Amino acid sequence: MALVLTEEQELLRDSARGFVADQWNIDRLRKLRSMSSGRGHDEDLWKQMAELGWTGIPFAEEYGGLGLGYAELGVVLEELGRGLVVAPFLSSIVLAGSAVALGGNDAQRKSLLPGVCDGTRLLALAYQESPRHDPYAIATAARLDGDDYLLSGRKVLVLDGESADLLVVAARTGGSTGDRDGLTLFLVASDVPGLTLKRNVLLDSRCAVNIELDNVRVESNSVLGAPGTGADVLDEVFARAAVALSAEMLGGIQESFDRTVEYLKERDQFGVKIGTFQGLKHRAARWFCEVELTRSIVMDALRAIDEQREQQAMLASACKARASDTYRLCGKEGIQMHGGMGVTDEADIGFFMKRARVSELLLGDSTYHRNRFAELGGY
Amino acid sequence: MSDIETFRSEARDWLEANCPAGARGPDSVLPDVVWGGRRQTFAHDDVKIWLERLIERGWTVPRWPTQYGGAGLTEEQDKVLREEMRAIGTRSPLFSFGMAMLAPVLMEYATEEQKLEHLPKIARGEIRWCQGYSEPGAGSDLAGLQCRAVREGDHYTINGQKIWTSDADVSDWIFALVRTDTEVPKHDGISFVLVDMETEGVSVSPIELISGASPFCETFFDNVRVPIGNRVGEENKGWTIAKRLLQYERSMLAESTGVGSGASTRRQSLLEVARESLATPEGQLPDAGLRDELVQYEMDRLCYGATYQRSTDAAKAGQGMGPESSMFKLYLSEMNQRGSDLRQRLVGHVSLVWDGEDVPAEEREMTRGWLYGKAGTILGGTSEIQMNIIAKRVLGLPD
Ligand SMILES: Cc1cc2nc3c(=O)[nH]c(=O)nc-3n(C[C@H](O)[C@H](O)[C@H](O)COP(=O)(O)OP(=O)(O)OC[C@H]3O[C@@H](n4cnc5c(N)ncnc54)[C@H](O)[C@@H]3O)c2cc1C
Repeated sequence: MALVLTEEQELLRDSARGFVADQWNIDRLRKLRSMSSGRGHDEDLWKQMAELGWTGIPFAEEYGGLGLGYAELGVVLEELGRGLVVAPFLSSIVLAGSAVALGGNDAQRKSLLPGVCDGTRLLALAYQESPRHDPYAIATAARLDGDDYLLSGRKVLVLDGESADLLVVAARTGGSTGDRDGLTLFLVASDVPGLTLKRNVLLDSRCAVNIELDNVRVESNSVLGAPGTGADVLDEVFARAAVALSAEMLGGIQESFDRTVEYLKERDQFGVKIGTFQGLKHRAARWFCEVELTRSIVMDALRAIDEQREQQAMLASACKARASDTYRLCGKEGIQMHGGMGVTDEADIGFFMKRARVSELLLGDSTYHRNRFAELGGY
Repeated sequence: MSDIETFRSEARDWLEANCPAGARGPDSVLPDVVWGGRRQTFAHDDVKIWLERLIERGWTVPRWPTQYGGAGLTEEQDKVLREEMRAIGTRSPLFSFGMAMLAPVLMEYATEEQKLEHLPKIARGEIRWCQGYSEPGAGSDLAGLQCRAVREGDHYTINGQKIWTSDADVSDWIFALVRTDTEVPKHDGISFVLVDMETEGVSVSPIELISGASPFCETFFDNVRVPIGNRVGEENKGWTIAKRLLQYERSMLAESTGVGSGASTRRQSLLEVARESLATPEGQLPDAGLRDELVQYEMDRLCYGATYQRSTDAAKAGQGMGPESSMFKLYLSEMNQRGSDLRQRLVGHVSLVWDGEDVPAEEREMTRGWLYGKAGTILGGTSEIQMNIIAKRVLGLPD
């Protein structure tokens, strides 16, 4: 697939851009962060996006999806990222949704995916336990008790977990923390006895929950796919999600860059526009290169998923590493070049820096992904 | 059979019948580049024969029109031809500044007579061209050039000096920027002229580089008489042509594996070099810092490759590259320097040997390549100048 948008993809981009412009503004982030309960996103907005079909983009038609690819999903995510829109795309569609699509048995897919596709059912993935992204560092135990399992442990940073009806929980049926073997994914309703959610509002106004599981009883048919296959599914889910998240980051990267370049053309100091200063020009030029390189690797990595390229996982790591570094650069330079305005709550640029920070640590930052790339590439 | 498939099968047959053993496959003796020119010599007959046959067919520049020495192939045919060549492990070795930089501006700005005079000789590798732009006082500020051309009847008399003229000592003609008006703003008094270096009054003097090689020269013009007909475009309108040529130069630099990257001679990947040097045939590399640097470099290459592909795909879709070519020049030259630098550090002490009894010839070349590579961020417009261009032309930042 060529690294340009097709006509259909351009139409999709235009409609997503128009939607975000009409239905959303960054000011909403100021309201969301002060909400201490309830859903962390706007339900009505989500419904509209579902009606546009976006929530079904990557899923097969037999499950109610549009049967399109990540190239298309990336186009929409980029536009949402450009506006810093808050919606459970990454959590429900990409992370938990693909866990079900990739790891679930036919009955599970048939019962869950149609609701995911039409946006009526929200899923979230509960895997992380350690301070940083580390997919196999899972201690949460799943003990057999008769025909049931009892789950006990603690999960952190479960994105949009406060809104999810059903959680995909990674737990151990064997091995010990750090082992790749012995991981199993469970489908757990979020209101079962023994499960406590603690709601946090993140830096970037999105919501995530920490979860305590205290002997949570689930039936054996709540195992997603087969016991012990958790790592296989998670590896693939993360390799896709890292790219999807990067696509969303790309939107924020582009927007924060564009806004800052505009500011360089507007703001006067010493009787001239600050954009005339070579010290800033050269930094802007280097920043431009980083934005373009990020766009290219994101487009390539999205297409690698659709083409099922062998190198997909390595490309995903190269992609997320790049997007993380570039978005961090955007936060740093964006604020610096706005001067005092840049550190006020009134200016929007700070919201990009905050989103950059959360996105960077989600699913692994650049050092994590360099290390992962090295492992996959045999370095 | 479709037209393109007919073309493919004819090309395949022709290549099979005409490509000599020494110019194909794993035992090929084809050099990286045959630059052409009056002084071109061939170490192997097969290379000479192969080149002659390609020239006859117009396949050194397959897409050029036939009257200029090409074969008039479509983009699709050209692609097929390259595929078929790759399939038997061969290629056209002829490459030159004439082909990559001068020819495209001649096609755009020269008279028909000038095109018919110069393009076929470039296509046939008969004339080697060098670039007479920079002067001692005009490097980054190229438009400040002083080399003077005074019009006298049907010719110009040129006096002045050029510097950093790559390969001037082995070239036959030079395309030069000269000042034809000193009374107007600097950009408005420049003309673009073609000069036969055998003309009386042209002399060159090689300059030694930090790598020990002398790939470039000072070029002197002492009362050199050049026919008016050798001017391309209008008098005093040379700057437009000069800038266009620089875009082609940057594209060329973005496509090439890069000066001094050692990529063309690099038989081993950096990972293999690291394994050998760190005596770790398998498993994780023991130096975590080196490993991380290596990975960063490889990831950057992936990003660059994807960016290059994106611009090629965009060009095909009719969204051509403009000043963004500066980004490629800037990024690639720095990335290549990093790669070469990392390689030298990986191999360790042998990289420090300039010359001596116990150093493989290839290593000596790599060390010289690393030194020569320092020029990558200077030639063709320095990195700082590329950033100026991006800031102004791409981002629209004010002066
Ligand atoms: C290997 C090699 C081959 C070459 N081949 C050719 C050739 O074939 N033909 C030819 O005509 N020329 C050739 N050149 C010349 C090359 O184009 C010039 O060296 C280059 O344009 C820089 O000019 P300069 O050397 O005078 O450096 P200067 O212009 O003096 O630059 C010195 C430093 O100042 C910086 N600088 C200058 N102006 C600015 C500015 N406005 N803003 C910020 N920084 C600035 C530069 O980036 C650089 O770091 C070659 C050079 C090399 C190294």
